[in-house]
This record gives sequence, structure tokens and C-alpha cells, in this order.
Amino acid sequence: MLKTQELALNMGPVHPSTHGVYRCVLTLDGEYIQKAVNHIGYLHRGLEKLAESRTYNQFIPYTDRLDYCSGLANELAYVMAVEKLLGIEEEIPERAQYLRVICAELQRLASHGICVGSFALDIAGSTGFFYSFRERDRVLELITRIGGNRLTPNYMRMGGVAWDLDEDFFKELKQLMDEFPAYLDEYDGLLTGNEILQTRSIGVAPVSKEMALSYGFTGPNLRACGVDSDLRRDEPYGIYDRFKFDVPVCKNGDTFDRFCMRIREMRESVKIIQQALKDIPEGPVMAKVPKVIKPPVGEVFHRIENAKGHLGFHLVSDGSTKPYRTRIYSPTFVMLGAFPEMAKGTHIMDAVLILASIDIVLGEVDR
Amino acid sequence: MDKIVNREALVGELNQKLGNCAEIFEDTTNQSIKVKADKIVEVMRELRDNPTYELNHIMNLSSVEYPENFTVVYHLNSLTYLHKLTVKVEVEKANPQVPSIVSLWNAADVMEREAYDLMGIVFTGHPNLKRILLADDFVGYPLRKDFKLQA
Repeated sequence: MLKTQELALNMGPVHPSTHGVYRCVLTLDGEYIQKAVNHIGYLHRGLEKLAESRTYNQFIPYTDRLDYCSGLANELAYVMAVEKLLGIEEEIPERAQYLRVICAELQRLASHGICVGSFALDIAGSTGFFYSFRERDRVLELITRIGGNRLTPNYMRMGGVAWDLDEDFFKELKQLMDEFPAYLDEYDGLLTGNEILQTRSIGVAPVSKEMALSYGFTGPNLRACGVDSDLRRDEPYGIYDRFKFDVPVCKNGDTFDRFCMRIREMRESVKIIQQALKDIPEGPVMAKVPKVIKPPVGEVFHRIENAKGHLGFHLVSDGSTKPYRTRIYSPTFVMLGAFPEMAKGTHIMDAVLILASIDIVLGEVDR
Repeated sequence: MDKIVNREALVGELNQKLGNCAEIFEDTTNQSIKVKADKIVEVMRELRDNPTYELNHIMNLSSVEYPENFTVVYHLNSLTYLHKLTVKVEVEKANPQVPSIVSLWNAADVMEREAYDLMGIVFTGHPNLKRILLADDFVGYPLRKDFKLQA
């Protein structure tokens, strides 16, 4: 009689497929996972504590480094929360609002590009990786023109944006947006319709609506389970109520649906940017904001629909120039808590894909 | 602007069903109620399951240290009605303990561990209250005001 025993396997912090410094201790029976335990905190930089000794303006570059794949959107969430505290949400100039929408949607394209590419890479389809990173590189070049930097632009300010963008930028952006739907069709042909990818991911770790709501799923992962909820449409912030776009919703909530959501959302982002390019007015890009930002005593909780989920900032102000408490609600931190439940009973190779489909970024998980 | 719940009616209903446990909390957001720490699990269950309110989505779980107490702040949202509510629980500084709401939302699992890890608030009834972001043998609670950053 062969004796078998359970094996504890360490998917270490240094690993090609864990999307960052994330460690998972798997207890295996053969190759099937009996138990998975998350160990995070390898990238914990204490941003919430640091925020208490920086002024509101000085904290904006730190928010870039939260989810480093979508810097402009993180800044937008923080800046809008402070503007809510200051009470100047109505005074943002029109041009700044349109520029903010363009930046946020560009970041969504970049962030989903990473998810699509690394999903393909995790199935060892490295061609798919290069396809989506080719477009992501063009988006990052545009972001370099916005903020000087590919990943950490530091462009949003309280009351608007830092500077105006020139004609060349808009010409290149329009050209990229005109070509993008054809590239998305390429991804669909190469990846979504690919038989190997479909076999590896259809039916893997389905998440029901109740489980998704209980585990605090937000963003594309929640919509993949069939819950029709999108902050940009239901509770529009900024000027999102002026744009026409669909909110894709999938039915099964398995890994394949979570993957398909990203490509479908990229199509909607292209539509939003094209509409913004048509309607953007001339004008100033910064409201009249005092040099020293001293919000009144109070607190605010504001969240936006980031590429990965709902990024929220809970700010408590005591009337001074530095926040009393900054709490960052990061969507992937909460969704990673569902990973042990989703991975139980699956194959190791499926666990790697499940992690890729949740789309974590350790900068946001650990802060 | 956020859609908010009618706080007077809500507080009246909670106090009637569960005994004297909730009151309106006056702050700048105008959407907060204060709940006693030992009744928090029943109150949250009522808020989630009551069909008038259906606050079925927990948006955030923060912990704040004020000079006189620790406050645990829960931001709740309803996906059906889209109205919001902020629930605050104040605990004393010497022995901060709050019952855990893991039985209602699994998302509270990681968020309560983080509040314990960084602020030192003990959530009673939590299945696995260990440090999550810092090393297991770390001494101290960094987000407290008496923990000074070096340099």
C-alpha cells in the first residue's frame, strides 16, 4: 500500500508568477491544493503613517506608488477626496475635468493591458504578453508626455491638474484611440478565442454573487460574477455622467470571465476617451485654491472606480496642514483575502491563473 | 452628494428592536451613527438584512485614534438603494476590544487583521487574529500617535 502525505509548498516572495513580492504557503495532496495561506507585507512601506507627517500636497506622489500600474487614477481618488473636504468640488474648471477623465481612462487601458498580458504569460503564452505590452508601451509614452514619467506622473492637483497639454499630445492620443479597437480585436483573436486559454480557465474557481459580495469584491471581478455595479455610471464622480458607455457584465464569475472583462472594459475606455476628445473645451486647468491647503475639521470617504476595483480614501482632518488620519481602502487587499477560498481543491496550475485573474498589485495590497 | 439614510428613523428602529444601542453621531459627514461596541454584530446584521435599508456592501473598515478613545469606523453601502451609512464604535484606550463582524462579511477578515496589526484594536471572535502586514514578532502598533517615526 502506498502511503501518501500532505506536502507544504512555498510559493515564495520571489516567483515569476506571483505578480510581485507575495508569498503563499500551499498544502498539497498530490497536486491538488488543500489549503492556501497568504503572507503579505513584503512591500509594506507604511504610507498611512507617513501621510500623517506630510502635507496634503506632499502626499500626492505617494499615491502614485500605491497601485503603480495606474498612478494617475490613484492620484485622482486622493485629490477628489481632499477637494470634498475643502468643499471645492464644484469649482474645478471644465477643461481640467475632461483632462482628468482622459487620464483616468488612459490608466485603465494601461492597467488592463498588464492584466491581459500577464494572464497570457502565466499560461506560458508569451506571444500574448508582447501583444498587449506593445499597446501598453504606446499608452505609457502618452503618460510620459503628461507627467514626465512612465509610471509615476504626479499630475493631479487639488483644484485641477498641474499643467495643460499641447496639440501634439491630443493628435497622438486621437491616433492611438482610432487604432486601438483593431488591436483589441487582435487580442480577442489570439487570446480570448484561443482553445488552450479557454480550456485552462473556463470553469476554474467560479465565484457566486453572494460570495463576491461577502468577500468585498469590487470592480471587474464583481461584474464578472453578474453584479451590475459601476461607480462611473451609478454614482458618477467628476463629469462621468456626460459620457455614454456600456458596463459589461459576465455570468459565471470564473477565471475566463474575469479575463474577458478586462478586454471588454478596454473597449469602453476607448469610447470614453474618444467622446472626451471631441468635447474638451478651452480654458484654465486649475481652480483658485489657496497656496496652503488647510481643510476644516471633518472627515470624508471618497472612492473611485479604479481599474482594479474601488479605491477609497478615508481622510480625517483636524484643521491643520497635515491629515490626522489617512486610510487607504485598497481593493486588491480585500480581494486577495478570497484567494485561499478560491484556490481550495484546485490544481496548482489553476491557482496561478486564479491569482492572475484577480489582478493584484502588491504596491496596493501592502501600501 | 451621497444619498444618505434617514438616521432618525433608523436609530429609532434599531433601538426598538435591539435595545438601547444606537444614537446619531454629529459630525461633518451627516451620515454617521454611533453604536455600542457589544451590540455591533446584531446591529450590523439588522442593517444588512432589513429590506428597507439593505446595506449589504461594506465599503471600508478604518480605525482612528482620537485623544480620548479609539474609534472603529465602518462605511456601509447598499447596492440596491445606493444609500450610505457610517457606523462608528468608540472603545476605550486602555483595552480596545470590539466584536468581530467576520460572520457577516468575509471581507472584514483581512480588514480587521490590519486594524489589529497597525492600531492594536482586538477584535473578539475573529478566527485568525494575527499580524498581516508587519512581521509576526513586531513589537508595537505603528499607527498609534505615540509611535514615533524615526528620522
